[in-house]
Amino acid sequence: MYLARVFVQLKESVLDPQGQAVTRALQDLGNSEVEDIRIGKYIEVRLQAENELQAREKVEHYCVSLLANPVIEKYRFELEESGQ
Amino acid sequence: MIHNRIDMQKQNYAIGVLSFPGSNCDQDMINTLRDLFSARVDLIWHRDSIQVKYDLLIVPGGFSYGDYLRAGAIARFARAMNSLQEHAKRGGAIIGICNGFQILCEVDLLPGALIRNQSLKHICKDVILHAPTRNAFTKELDLSRTYRIPVSHSDGNYRIEADGLKALQDDDQIVFRYAQNPNGSVDDIAGITDKNNRILGMMPHPERAANSMVGNLDGKLLLESFLI
Repeated sequence: MYLARVFVQLKESVLDPQGQAVTRALQDLGNSEVEDIRIGKYIEVRLQAENELQAREKVEHYCVSLLANPVIEKYRFELEESGQ
Repeated sequence: MIHNRIDMQKQNYAIGVLSFPGSNCDQDMINTLRDLFSARVDLIWHRDSIQVKYDLLIVPGGFSYGDYLRAGAIARFARAMNSLQEHAKRGGAIIGICNGFQILCEVDLLPGALIRNQSLKHICKDVILHAPTRNAFTKELDLSRTYRIPVSHSDGNYRIEADGLKALQDDDQIVFRYAQNPNGSVDDIAGITDKNNRILGMMPHPERAANSMVGNLDGKLLLESFLI
């Protein structure tokens, strides 16, 4: 069993209105040192795979086919072996 | 509503309107089309593959699958969407309104993507649209005037990379622009077509402005131009 921690975020070139609003809110709370916030998604996927390479290929496929929209989003993931 | 229904030039013109869990404009669209046109109009449930060769498929507005993950992202795995893809390959006409536009972008039938409105607010109001180009969908429209059509969306902020935008502009694929941009869309884009001019996606809802009882018939003019 593998656990993939997938992070999906809008590309740098894509405006992130949520991030902008939260940046302003944190600044309004007196945190003037905050310069920028970009908001993304964190997704945990548990899957069966024969080895790490196969797990990696599968998660890559999940990301491209559904979890992220490559037109506007980038993704990365961490993979770890977890208990049965 | 009393008026004469428009006879479709083509005999037995058939329209299919898809419906997903969370679609909420499917019945409005069906009622409006049946009211306006002498066409066959069927509701297609997302789990069913499409057996009839429709002239036009419509992906209506709403919140398919609760907008989970991204607006429109999950709809692509529905059986009806496989049929829609085949319909597109055959060169069949498709219109996506609002959530339908988001879905057509997610399945790559239209370029670009729709993200959260710049204001982060759900926008529900009438907007003024320009139709900048003459094409298959605007052929009956008066391009010198504007059209007042309602929008209702949280994710209507159209995004596309610079080269993609240039292609839309150069190939006259921008069908509607907002006179006053409500949501932050690049180049004030409210609606686009695919390269072949067979697939239209737009955020505004013409089916909500096609009955004299609501005091605005601009949407009727748009639907007539799309269908005739």
